[in-house]
Amino acid sequence: MQVFEIVASYYNYAITIFLMLSGLYIVIAHGNLVKKLIGLALFQTAVYLLYISSAKIIGGSAPIIDERFAVYSNPLPHVLILTAIVVGVGTLALGLALVIRIHEAYGTIEEDEILKDMDKSEYCGRKVEGHQ
Amino acid sequence: MELYLNAALLTLLSLVTIAIIRERNLFGSIILFSVYSFIMASLMIVLDAVDVALTEAAVGSGISTVVLLGTLHLIKAKEELPTKSTVLPLTVVAVTGLLLVWGTCDLPVFGVSDAPIHKHVTPYYLEQSIPLMGIPNVVTTVLGNFRSFDTLGETTVVLTAGVGIMLLLRSRNTKGGDQI
Repeated sequence: MQVFEIVASYYNYAITIFLMLSGLYIVIAHGNLVKKLIGLALFQTAVYLLYISSAKIIGGSAPIIDERFAVYSNPLPHVLILTAIVVGVGTLALGLALVIRIHEAYGTIEEDEILKDMDKSEYCGRKVEGHQ
Repeated sequence: MELYLNAALLTLLSLVTIAIIRERNLFGSIILFSVYSFIMASLMIVLDAVDVALTEAAVGSGISTVVLLGTLHLIKAKEELPTKSTVLPLTVVAVTGLLLVWGTCDLPVFGVSDAPIHKHVTPYYLEQSIPLMGIPNVVTTVLGNFRSFDTLGETTVVLTAGVGIMLLLRSRNTKGGDQI
């Protein structure tokens, strides 16, 4: 019981760090652009978890004022993260729009193949200019 | 009870994350990400952030999934096996992890009521929500009144993202029209 409480008091931070590192790993190690964006979103949700964990008071209730409750969790991080979630989906959608354009220009969304194409870039650059 | 639910959901989250890393099929990754967001929303309810949970369930596991699946429909691609070595990414991740663990040492213990975060402006928000605004939900009060400039900034960012997407995808349509 005692051991569980000691573990529980740092478990949130440990899992937050794990999720954050997983997101970072996906962004660096995976070549697929859609997968990279999923990794970025994972990283963002880890930040949400960090903020919301710090707002929690054990035994408190959700911050909706009622005379039956005396202790409320902190509403301020909730507000900040509400904003962050909406901005997060905005950036995700913008990133995906870019992926669609990249797929049109190069015919692939694998980083390696795109870079290989860019090495032959004289040809590619002229081709794109020719179109416009 | 709260702590047990919290620990169980956190463990589930990390398991789903491992599955996302290992999954090579993009459709599978997207559905797993949707599952991940839904577990995250449940966790937010356990952590008393009901408004955040609603938004995360609607936006994170709803709209994000729709947008990702829409993209997948347009590009129809599968993830290739990695050709690069994973030594460099793992090193970067390990160093970042050590830094983060080092940073965590200074953080207050989870769930205590006398952490600095609960002492600053929050008591004022909690006390004045009903006398000043008459709204019992403090998150609404802070979002719409005390910190409404944050919300204005947020809508600006969303508008910018929307305009950006419109410009990117519109030029695509006209170009496609030219080709036909």
